[in-house]
Amino acid sequence: MPTVKMNVNGEAVSGEVEARTLLVQFLREQLRLTGTHVGCDTSQCGACVVHVNGVSAKSCTMLAVQCEGADVTTIEGVADGDTLHPMQEAFRDNHGLQCGFCTPGMIMSALDLAGRNSAPSETEVREWLEGNICRCTGYHNIVKSIMAGARAMAAGQGG
Amino acid sequence: MHDFTYRTASSVADAAAKVAAGEDAVLMAGGMTLLPTLKQRLAQPSDVVDLGGIDSLRGIQVSGGTVTVGAMTVHDAVANSSEVAAAIPALAALAGHIGDPQVRNRGTIGGSISNNDPAADYPAGLVGLGATVCTDRREIAADDFFTGMFETALADGEIVTSVRFPAPEAAAYMKFPNPASRYAIVGVLVARTAGGVRVAVTGAASCVYRETAMEAALEGNFSPSALDGMTASADDLNEDIHASAEYRAHLVGVMARRAVAACG
Amino acid sequence: MPKDGIGASVKRKEDYRFITGQGAYTDDIDRPGQTFAVFVRSPHAHARIASVDTAAAAAMPGVVKILTGADYAAEGLGGLPCGWQVTGKDGPMVEPAHPPLAVDRVRHVGDQVAVVIANSAAEARDAAEAVAVAYEALPAAASIEAALAGGAAQVHDEAPGNLCYDWEIGDKADVDAAFADAHHVTRVELVNNRLVPNAMEPRAAVAEYDRATREYTLYTTSQNPHVIRLLMGAFVLQLPEHRLRVVAPDVGGGFGSKIFHYAEEAILTWASSKVARPIKWTAERAESFVTDAHGRDHVTVAELAMDRDGRFLGLKVDTKANMGAYLSTFAPCVPTYLYATLLAGQYTTPKIWCGVQAVFTHTVPVDAYRGAGRPEATFVVERIVETAAREMGIDPAELRRRNFVPSDAFPYQTPVALVYDSGNYEGTLAAALAAADYNGFAARRAEAESRGKLRGIGLSAYIEACGIAPSAVVGSLGARAGLYECGEVRVHPTGSVTFFTGTHSHGQGHETTFAQIIAERLGVDIDAVEVVHGDTSKIPFGMGTYGSRSLAVGGSALSRALDKVETKAKRIAAHLMEAAEGDIEFADGQFTVAGTDKSVGFGDVALTAYVPHNYPIEELEPGLDETAFYDPANFTFPAGCHVCEVEIDPETGAVEIASFAASDDFGNVINPMIVEGQVHGGIVQGVGQALLEGCVYDSEGQLATGSYMDYTMPRADDVPSFSVSTETTPCPHNPLGVKGCGEAGAIAAPAAVMNAVHHALSSRGVSRIDMPATPARIWQALNAA
Repeated sequence: MPTVKMNVNGEAVSGEVEARTLLVQFLREQLRLTGTHVGCDTSQCGACVVHVNGVSAKSCTMLAVQCEGADVTTIEGVADGDTLHPMQEAFRDNHGLQCGFCTPGMIMSALDLAGRNSAPSETEVREWLEGNICRCTGYHNIVKSIMAGARAMAAGQGG
Repeated sequence: MHDFTYRTASSVADAAAKVAAGEDAVLMAGGMTLLPTLKQRLAQPSDVVDLGGIDSLRGIQVSGGTVTVGAMTVHDAVANSSEVAAAIPALAALAGHIGDPQVRNRGTIGGSISNNDPAADYPAGLVGLGATVCTDRREIAADDFFTGMFETALADGEIVTSVRFPAPEAAAYMKFPNPASRYAIVGVLVARTAGGVRVAVTGAASCVYRETAMEAALEGNFSPSALDGMTASADDLNEDIHASAEYRAHLVGVMARRAVAACG
Repeated sequence: MPKDGIGASVKRKEDYRFITGQGAYTDDIDRPGQTFAVFVRSPHAHARIASVDTAAAAAMPGVVKILTGADYAAEGLGGLPCGWQVTGKDGPMVEPAHPPLAVDRVRHVGDQVAVVIANSAAEARDAAEAVAVAYEALPAAASIEAALAGGAAQVHDEAPGNLCYDWEIGDKADVDAAFADAHHVTRVELVNNRLVPNAMEPRAAVAEYDRATREYTLYTTSQNPHVIRLLMGAFVLQLPEHRLRVVAPDVGGGFGSKIFHYAEEAILTWASSKVARPIKWTAERAESFVTDAHGRDHVTVAELAMDRDGRFLGLKVDTKANMGAYLSTFAPCVPTYLYATLLAGQYTTPKIWCGVQAVFTHTVPVDAYRGAGRPEATFVVERIVETAAREMGIDPAELRRRNFVPSDAFPYQTPVALVYDSGNYEGTLAAALAAADYNGFAARRAEAESRGKLRGIGLSAYIEACGIAPSAVVGSLGARAGLYECGEVRVHPTGSVTFFTGTHSHGQGHETTFAQIIAERLGVDIDAVEVVHGDTSKIPFGMGTYGSRSLAVGGSALSRALDKVETKAKRIAAHLMEAAEGDIEFADGQFTVAGTDKSVGFGDVALTAYVPHNYPIEELEPGLDETAFYDPANFTFPAGCHVCEVEIDPETGAVEIASFAASDDFGNVINPMIVEGQVHGGIVQGVGQALLEGCVYDSEGQLATGSYMDYTMPRADDVPSFSVSTETTPCPHNPLGVKGCGEAGAIAAPAAVMNAVHHALSSRGVSRIDMPATPARIWQALNAA
């Protein structure tokens, strides 16, 4: 079986995987980083979004072996110890989550947007979320959270 | 998904050799279609040859009225390239509406056109703009490249290396998305070029095609009103739970008029 | 009021683990030695199983065990039970067996035939493909219409004509008489489209057997673990409850689909003792589409009789409801007691008759989905009222006002069994109209017309019966369970509190809401309160979360348990302060003696209860841990008005929600932030039903919408932000005065959206569009008009 090495949340990790092992399976099953979720099998729901080399990607639609040498960030790597990231804070402050299942993917996707656009409009946020499905919140508070989170990041509150 | 042998490639030649050596090897670009297909066990390749490590296939060059996009350039790079936006804004806009942000971060132009999904956006972009597909063996005009549903002029093991777009005088792409998949139910790219008007349609039929009657109507009068009352012929158009052939035929007319209007 | 008490928008206690990726959902559980299960499922809607050959699969790498329907049947175990018996005109419903693994026939695509257990999920999947099932395909009846047609394929031999029951409520002759006097009769034909619930977390289960203790543990994605334990233990696997633990950990949304007892969790539990290793199963989304119980799927004809002034005289409703291939856990009550009893809506309609034929089809079972029966009832009532208003030339808001149950008429007995306890329908209507700027609509429509767009506005004045339910009442209607709730308040020696509740939170924020009630009542800091749910080994009992019942019933159980804690604590405080029990007052965490400056804190009383050195030990047991079961006196009746405004592009048929305003009466509100979130989510599920979502089977019974590529889930760019507000009439019969808020949006929104769509299209001569009102359908209708 191939061995794959990558940096996950700043730590060098390696593991033996099958070629067919998806990145999300490697993260969840081998590294036990279970914050990244799988909500569909057609690469649409976005519960599995992580960052690979700084941009958001669906970890259900990447092979683990494709990430050889890559820097991968999962939801577990977003907070600074016990200090939440401003985007995480924004989701809590604005009730941007209910069951929490889509939330890690939402936050990882939102961080990619906020990195490109420090003051996204409501329309820009809604369009950006094309690849993230939530069944609980009706998106209202997710959109509010992301706009607030992006503003907080731009204001330098730890972002 | 069934297991397979994963192979990286250091160059186009290396990839070509590895795909030729495999019993039933396939190439992987961004993997945005291949991996979902493998996950559903709809294909069982012996080898997957990953083009991701070939840096020479990535990048955008704009010079002398031509935009050249490397085959492994992701949609996001095209969408956010200020050079592309300056030279062919319709191309940047088209790339910016493919899939979703995460698909655009991984999906590539080479992968998209080699797959030739009948509802994909890039085929309309290439045909509408009169692009040229460059492979490791030859150059193929876009008009000759897309040959049928999920079929192209590529020979077995032939690898797309780049796509060359001539800048049009004006162009716009209008897409009416499938509400579920967000692929095009109908997408129309209209371009006014030195060589004439081109109207390319994706999503409506089994393969991207040109609406020659609309092109002719626009040659004399490049304005939305030139297309008034015009629709595509519903014969041979796709029909599914989301749209009838008649609806698609109608939408071709609507999207074409809106694209002409957007050309300004 | 403490800052984190009742009425405060307290940030949720549960959020930290979710936003940091530390939620613990069923698929996150990894047990030592765990194996993985994959189910072999029918590709046919209807077929005879000629043979199942597992030999080749059993020889594949990593395979631990393969079990078939024959293996299960050989042990004489039970089928999946139905929890509600409806009695129709001709006697009790037909209740066919529902084997958890099919034996000789499969009845829907996805019906499970065998289970393959292997060392890895990939190996299990590889082997499952190698299980050779010889099917003899049979004709299928995949829709209500097909199943009721002469010569239709029969789903069950014991249900001739595919009829499960033919039920009615009301006196038809009486209603016919009311119609004879009518000035005008409005008639509508409605399809309530079939939906797939699609909680984002797919169903999953982990089962294990401990040979030393002979205990089974099942982790499962459930809204009601005690109910699963009872049904699976007593009826299916015949395991005693004291050796069966069911845990529903963090659950990623339910919306009803995780109420029911499913085959997979029973089969895993059964198999876990055979393989003597834990077994995990997680549905792929494609599997969810063909196994999670679907929702809705009604075909209805309704008629409303009115007098000259538009006063409602009578309502006749004839509904055919799809049950799917088998009766899911609560399926029979959904189109009857949760539907027809709501057909009075907010109105004084004096005579109502409703007939319901429940039909078996070769499709996935249909059961409760967010709102369950009440969205279907609201859709009938509010579509016909709006249509009647347009036909009569009366403003739809005015027609509603003329027929509302007045706010001084409560309690109000409807002609369809329910007694509404409270409400202020004028109030929510007025608030919603103001929020929607109803009076400014004409100007907005004119402006839209100038841009070539069609604009419409629609109302939906809904009512629901929630807080399910008074046990004796539902028992008399065929429920095979009680529907009380249980809560245990455990005050620890240092004054912190753990609350064990029989409800289950899978997004609703109970860990916060219940903690606010406790903080308010006991005067403790909210951080000193922990709420525990979802584990039969920790919680005395519970009926779970559905039907907007958690706060109205579970919160009431909490309130009663807190009463008991307070009563006992006062006795202890009286002893400590050497005062009469009757003189003790309790507020803000302090016990005081009336008219004196004596006081003792709640923490001191708690410590005394556990360190009873100075204690009335002969009269009072030590400890401070109280349990209450609460059985409600009545349903609760949340109600309100939602107003939707749409703009349609006639060239493409695309609908845009221009605005959506909701005014709801949920009784008292504990956490406004959470309540608003529930309304937002419900609205989008309702908008999804109206505009986007529709489950399509072809005539062969193949699911044409089996993934997100074809089943349209609402996304962020499909909807706007909403205006939501509440008006309050407290529930008079439960201690918190609460009514429930979880389903309102999904109940109200479809009619509001569809009324707006019809209004927009009315100028173009279109009179009927079915849900989902997709661009293709709208364009088709505009083209045909």
